[in-house]
Amino acid sequence: MSTVSEEPEAVNGDKQVPGLWRRSTLVVRGSSGRHDRGGKWFLRLLAAGTIAVPILNQAVPASSVFHLSAFGLTLIGKYLCYAMLALAVDLIWGYCGILSLGHAAFFSLGGYAMGMYLMREIGPRGVYGDPVLPDFMVFLNYKKLPWFWYGFNHFPVALLMMILVPALLALVFGWFAFRSRVTGVYFSIITQALTYALMLAFFRNDMGFGGNNGFTDFKDILGFDLHSDGTHVVLLMITAIALGGSYLACRAIVESRAGRVVLAIRDAESRTRFLGYPVESFKLWLFVFSAIMAGVAGALYVPQIGIINPSEFAPINSIEVVIWVAVGGRGTLYGAILGALAVNYAKTYLTGAFPEVWLYALGALFVLVTVFLPHGIVGVVSKRGKEK
Amino acid sequence: MSGTPAVSGAAHGSHKPIRNKRLYLEDLTVSFDGFKALNNLTLYVDPGEMLCIIGPNGAGKTTMMDVITGKTKPDSGSAWFGDGVNLLEMSEPEIVAAGIGRKFQKPTVFEQLTVFENLELALAGTRSFLKTMRARISPKQNERIFDVLEIIGLTDQRDSYGRILAHGQKQWLEIGMLLMQNPELLLVDEPVAGMTPHEIERTAQLLTSLAGEHSIVVVEHDMSFVRSIARRVTVLHEGQVIAEGDMDKVQNDPRVIEVYLGV
Repeated sequence: MSTVSEEPEAVNGDKQVPGLWRRSTLVVRGSSGRHDRGGKWFLRLLAAGTIAVPILNQAVPASSVFHLSAFGLTLIGKYLCYAMLALAVDLIWGYCGILSLGHAAFFSLGGYAMGMYLMREIGPRGVYGDPVLPDFMVFLNYKKLPWFWYGFNHFPVALLMMILVPALLALVFGWFAFRSRVTGVYFSIITQALTYALMLAFFRNDMGFGGNNGFTDFKDILGFDLHSDGTHVVLLMITAIALGGSYLACRAIVESRAGRVVLAIRDAESRTRFLGYPVESFKLWLFVFSAIMAGVAGALYVPQIGIINPSEFAPINSIEVVIWVAVGGRGTLYGAILGALAVNYAKTYLTGAFPEVWLYALGALFVLVTVFLPHGIVGVVSKRGKEK
Repeated sequence: MSGTPAVSGAAHGSHKPIRNKRLYLEDLTVSFDGFKALNNLTLYVDPGEMLCIIGPNGAGKTTMMDVITGKTKPDSGSAWFGDGVNLLEMSEPEIVAAGIGRKFQKPTVFEQLTVFENLELALAGTRSFLKTMRARISPKQNERIFDVLEIIGLTDQRDSYGRILAHGQKQWLEIGMLLMQNPELLLVDEPVAGMTPHEIERTAQLLTSLAGEHSIVVVEHDMSFVRSIARRVTVLHEGQVIAEGDMDKVQNDPRVIEVYLGV
């Protein structure tokens, strides 16, 4: 998707309506792309940050105030993963009106797939020194590796699974839900049930995923030490690239004709069906793509944070993502990212400074945004959104 | 012409005698829990004709539209589109694809899209997700959109969002969306409900200009509007045709006066 050539200035001059934004009669741009200024700023900042992070961490001496600590690296990495998850939720909720309250499930599944690779990468260096079995399996008296752990010692297999597992779950779940025309609040409730059921399942020791402890004590990834800043810098840069790539992919979707069909589905679903569009198939494609994005975000999250356990599936996590998107501004891609970064920074600050008020602050934030800022932060910043 | 086999409806294996009608509805009966919404309804529409259907509430007008568009399956009777297309054997999307467009009572245009984009989505053709991802408007399609914009009189509003259009403009846009698919038969349900007198006049002009090229069936309550557009009027009552003819003939029919007091 070229971003520059679609600048309004490049438009040729015939048949234009004065007073409205100009466009050639042949170039039709998606609703969000009409003034994707915020998005361009986001991409610039992301690029600048991606360049600055290794310098601030590696080149600036630790004594300087500008030095980025390992803690800071992890924090930024976490925020970017969350931003990607928020983007995934915004794509289906903001654009298609599908409110998923279970997206943390896809995030966690991606994370678990990465965790399985990292566990097998530990090899004989575990506490129990078993050459194949991860520590928790030795502890739980497993005699041999469960079949679904085969292949996870190879990174490409794990990578495939990070994408395939969330995608397949979304495909099967979405196929049943959309085909049965489950929409609105009913869809939200069954996605909550989905993530809750997965949480309960992953809590069980005999599931083979480490029970309530999950996976931790990772040693390295592709041979690179996970305790070194250098590895974290690279992981952070990969996360930034993944986020930027996801953003561009989402924008390509919402600016295409498919994106306008998706908006049409959000507006008037049966009318869109009547025009002959296979509404269920559009929803399913979008849902699966969104799940893959969430899964990749989870997979990038785990090596940076160093732990994955079933509490990631907790229903409240999925609801929090929706709050990020609402606060930032649903239906604008950069708004979702902005919301994820702002709310999570506030969370980091408040849980440190006033740990007991965080949940109240989050609740109040959501109420305030819903009542006073229906378009989120983005709606306040760009007044242009209101004049139309 | 000797030696050339006649190519007409007969070649498609039609079960009916060729009478060159655009739409045949014969002996249609639809009952809901014993209530007969349609009762042996028989009705024909000629090619290029504008037919107005009037009748009191519950006369079966909407049910008739539902049968034609495949939303409701009748208990008995037949419905043919032209001489070769059996509507009763087709699904709703197939009927749309065959060339029957329906405008519903309540205008539903896409409010978050512009007039131009509304028409773009109504373009015939590409429907799958992956294809619409790559779809671009060809110069020919662009021309078609501008032609339709011209017909419905919204050329200047083409970049306005659906949500800011006036009620009448939404109705015209919806008619425009039907035209994008080039339907041979247009079913129009109460087009002027809630319109201002000026908008009613514009709508009459619009529909009149479309007749000839398209067959049009209009269901309407507004008698002065019907009088202004219709050459032929059909009166429905309790699922049956009780009178047919031009407006004057219909309005003086004793049965019509009986069931339709206050006209």
